[in-house]
Amino acid sequence: MNAAEIRQVIINILNRIAPDEDLSNLDDEKPFREQMELDSMDFLDIVMELRKLYRIEIPEAEYSNLTTMASTVKYLLPKLSATPAMA
Amino acid sequence: MATGERNDALNSRIVITGVGVAAPNGNNLAEFRAAVLAGKSGVVNYETRYMGPVLAGVCSFDEFRYQKKKDRRRGTRGGSVAIYCANEAVKDSGLDWPNVAKDRVGVYVGITEHGNVETENEIYEISKFGYDTKVWSHHHNPRTVANNPAGEVTLNMGISGPHLCIGAACAAGNAGFIQGLQMLRLGEVDLAICGGVSESIHTFGIFASFQSQGALARHEDPTKACRPFDKGRNGIVVAEGGGLVTLERLPDALARGAKIYGEIVGYGINSDATDFVLPNRSRQAECIRLALKRAGISASDIDIVSSHATATEQGDQEEVGALREIFGDNPDVAINNTKSFIGHAMGAAGALELLGNIPSFDDHIAHATINLDDPDPGCWMPQIVANQPRELPRVRHILNNSFGMLGINSVVIVRKFEG
Repeated sequence: MNAAEIRQVIINILNRIAPDEDLSNLDDEKPFREQMELDSMDFLDIVMELRKLYRIEIPEAEYSNLTTMASTVKYLLPKLSATPAMA
Repeated sequence: MATGERNDALNSRIVITGVGVAAPNGNNLAEFRAAVLAGKSGVVNYETRYMGPVLAGVCSFDEFRYQKKKDRRRGTRGGSVAIYCANEAVKDSGLDWPNVAKDRVGVYVGITEHGNVETENEIYEISKFGYDTKVWSHHHNPRTVANNPAGEVTLNMGISGPHLCIGAACAAGNAGFIQGLQMLRLGEVDLAICGGVSESIHTFGIFASFQSQGALARHEDPTKACRPFDKGRNGIVVAEGGGLVTLERLPDALARGAKIYGEIVGYGINSDATDFVLPNRSRQAECIRLALKRAGISASDIDIVSSHATATEQGDQEEVGALREIFGDNPDVAINNTKSFIGHAMGAAGALELLGNIPSFDDHIAHATINLDDPDPGCWMPQIVANQPRELPRVRHILNNSFGMLGINSVVIVRKFEG
């Protein structure tokens, strides 16, 4: 997957976790939590969804990489570059 | 009587001032009442995991009327039912909710079971990952703690008073009412939101267990599957739903000019202490007598008995054994059964079965027991209202039976409020 495809994966996960939110104007440089209602349990949902979808293990020490969309995509790119995008 | 004693006596009088209902055949009390008077069933064909087609009482209330999608996703069906019913009850009560002291509100929700749904879901989910427990949801614990449905109500409505779920098998709906009444009488709260809920159709285990017990109803026409007191019955129809009310002390209700549905004047809870599953008519009769004694009335004062009968042979016969003993000499009492319309709503059963009868205080009609085509002589009483509603000269007292596994019996008596 390329960066744009990974971004879409995260958008899809966020849509499932926070179905009441409008993500169309999400600022990739701002922390998720400043733009939407997202608590620690929701955050764990992102980690869980990535584990289920792509068998990615994200150590707790690296959770800070998932603060913004930009940092999340940057962090996941090397882990998912060889993974084909899902239809 | 001294003024203090008089105030104590008045404050011990507990009245129903708001009703919230989610039934398989109605999303509010008016719809539910119209359905039971019209003989409209809420039992449909239903698919559950592993079991293939079964029958169930399925609700259609709007989950998102009072709850955000995100909160529904994080919570449980039982929580969602409770949130809907609690909000409907408060709305119906006419309380000035923004100005109600939320730390003086208690939430007491009867449940038959809770947690099976989410546990089954998670086991199914990890089965798709080779039973890797790393994909077991972090939401599992808050979803399955036994206070979940009541706790979700407090989160949704900003209630900071006490909340409890009362685990009382299929006697739980009445037990929820009784808990609310007791907390009001103790002065622990000023408003109780109480009753019972069920999410049980979302766990295959309850269907499978009844099937293994030889007690799961089957019928080619779902609406005819639940047949209490009928020779052709073949078991229980599982249902979901909820019934919660607002309970207040009489002086508080009068002071704000509240609509009063009725006064809870008697109640009883006891235990068979005889069997895990099989009911016990003697203990049921004792529980009914306890409720009558607390109400200060006799069996001849009861106008409607809302029976518990689930459409199992022994269950129906044991309850009728108790009813014959107590009401055998009361030819005018009307005995009816709500499960014949909606199935067995487990933790909600006692609540829904009482609430569906409450409007009879005004319309003087006892709704029927449907599907009673061939009465079982082993559990027949001429007082049973079969197939068509019965007009009554008056309705002043309704007695509601709810019994459950492990031998728990609960009875609630409600009196028409006449000032």
